[in-house]
Amino acid sequence: MSSSYGITAVALVFIATLSIGAYGWRFSRTTSDFFVASRTVGPALNASAIGGEYLSAASFLGIAGLVLAFGTEMLWYPVGWTAGYLMLLVLVAAPLRRSGAYTLPDFAEGRLESLVVRRFSSVLVVGIGWLYLMPQFQGAGLALGTVAGTEKWVGGALVAVVVLVNVMSGGMRSITFVQAFQYWLKLTALLIPVMFLLVVWSGDGAVSPADLSPDPHGVWTSPLASSSDHPMYTTYSIILATFLGTMGLPHVVVRFYTNPDGRAARRTTLVVLALLGLFYLLPPVYGALGRLYAPDLIDAGATDTVVLELPSRMVGGVAGDLLSALTTAGAFAAFLSTSSGLTIAVAGVLSQDVLGRRFRGVRSFQAGAVVAVVVPLALAILAEGVGVARAVGLAFAVAASTFCPLLVLGIWWRRLTDVGAIAGMVVGGGLSVVAVVDTLMQTSRDGWGGALLAHPAAWTVPAAFVTMTGVSLLTPRRLPRHLSRTMVRLHTPEAVELDRGPYPL
Amino acid sequence: MTPEGGNPPRRVRVTSPRTTAGRPRRVHVPSEIDSQTRLGELYIRTLMRAQLRLAVIVVVTLAIGVGGLPLSYLLFPGLDQVRVLGMPLAWVVLGFAAYPFLVLLGWLYVRAAERNERDFAEMVERP
Repeated sequence: MSSSYGITAVALVFIATLSIGAYGWRFSRTTSDFFVASRTVGPALNASAIGGEYLSAASFLGIAGLVLAFGTEMLWYPVGWTAGYLMLLVLVAAPLRRSGAYTLPDFAEGRLESLVVRRFSSVLVVGIGWLYLMPQFQGAGLALGTVAGTEKWVGGALVAVVVLVNVMSGGMRSITFVQAFQYWLKLTALLIPVMFLLVVWSGDGAVSPADLSPDPHGVWTSPLASSSDHPMYTTYSIILATFLGTMGLPHVVVRFYTNPDGRAARRTTLVVLALLGLFYLLPPVYGALGRLYAPDLIDAGATDTVVLELPSRMVGGVAGDLLSALTTAGAFAAFLSTSSGLTIAVAGVLSQDVLGRRFRGVRSFQAGAVVAVVVPLALAILAEGVGVARAVGLAFAVAASTFCPLLVLGIWWRRLTDVGAIAGMVVGGGLSVVAVVDTLMQTSRDGWGGALLAHPAAWTVPAAFVTMTGVSLLTPRRLPRHLSRTMVRLHTPEAVELDRGPYPL
Repeated sequence: MTPEGGNPPRRVRVTSPRTTAGRPRRVHVPSEIDSQTRLGELYIRTLMRAQLRLAVIVVVTLAIGVGGLPLSYLLFPGLDQVRVLGMPLAWVVLGFAAYPFLVLLGWLYVRAAERNERDFAEMVERP
């Protein structure tokens, strides 16, 4: 593929991102603008922004790569990432917004009235945020390397700089516009090329990718994780991590506070569900067509680039190069939007809980943003690729084993205590982090040990829930003092005038 | 009705003897909730239980509808060979059909959850 089109496309995305961000700067004045866009974003704009933020490198590049390499079983990732939003909608969306908190640590402190729980949640938010940012930067390096032949660190560093400029100057207000734009850019960048690809494919006789001969026992078409030694376990572990992990991701949760009220939070989530469903129809098509037109990428270990390569290979000529440039642009929109959202979430926590004493207000938010970006960038350069979607999958497993039980039990179960919450997060977080570190070290294990560590959610999530409920029941005297008022605040519609206690802002 | 040209006669309050005895006490629910009485708690618990029941129904539907797929492939290995419109069944379900199903579940949930909240608001604010 000709590199000049690709470089132009990437440059255009950077310029568009910065100028839309600059447009938003005019509205960003107060601390509240920076953290939560002053809670005034309507459902349509907010849903596009959430969709834009959520569809990361793993969605844009990773799914197609995994489908190309492993087949139908990998469709569980996009389905799980969408179903995760349904779980979020029914279990936490409205109460979380009504809690009136800024961040996950704010929620934890408000519900359990304990500073220790707050500190612990802050550490977890930063850890999950970094684990999720790292593959974004790695993906950017990979994508820029594919189109422009640059070193692996260049793409990640460029994305980091653009994100920092936008986040530091405009905060949540301006990022909301940027991310809404990026959702539609990502959808277009996959939709237009796929039409051309399907025309070429049907012109070539429309051979089904499922009918290719080197596929013994129908492995590619099975929905079970047949590449693993224990397909049933692995499949259900992926399902559990993705279904329950979404609600615990820091950048997803922080978005809920930008809704005006709980009802709007619910309606926004429903629109997000539809937008995600629309987008996720497309990447698997690239993976399936890649099996016919770019099978060499599997042996080259470069399946993550199939979305970038396929248009120029299948269509050819200038048209093919332009279409490949379009998918490259979409990929960079994915890196930028997800990294921006994560940076905001991590910076918000860092500035409130770590840097707040040294800097004030917006200044401390900006200092937090720098720390939030630099550490995962260094990690991305040091730790060579685990595969974009796999690394993101691990972040989901940690989130599902820590914040999911905290949110679900905190919202629906009155007897949760601060000691129980900490114990549950220590057990769930500790076990899943051990598994993550083991996977990142790429120690190859066989049999059950390997399966359990590569996909830890199926045992760490139940362990976290059991510990949290068990320890809470053992410490019944530690119920928070304002429990009843907190429950009124979380569950009653705002239209009913009730005493909900003081709100933070 | 006033008689012409004079001061109106003093009004006399005419009451039935029963009213002082049997008038039902009006309960103002919001203040019951605010002062966290047993009754106020009952209202909140009722709302929470209704919303939780709804959430559980959706989660169970999701678990059976989508989560049951791997299990059914294990139990009925023949499903591997089933084709719909030339595509493997699993691909049709996970690649296409799952998304409208999720959106439909979400839409039904939002409608029902808002209805629960409306019922709660009406019950609480009934004069």
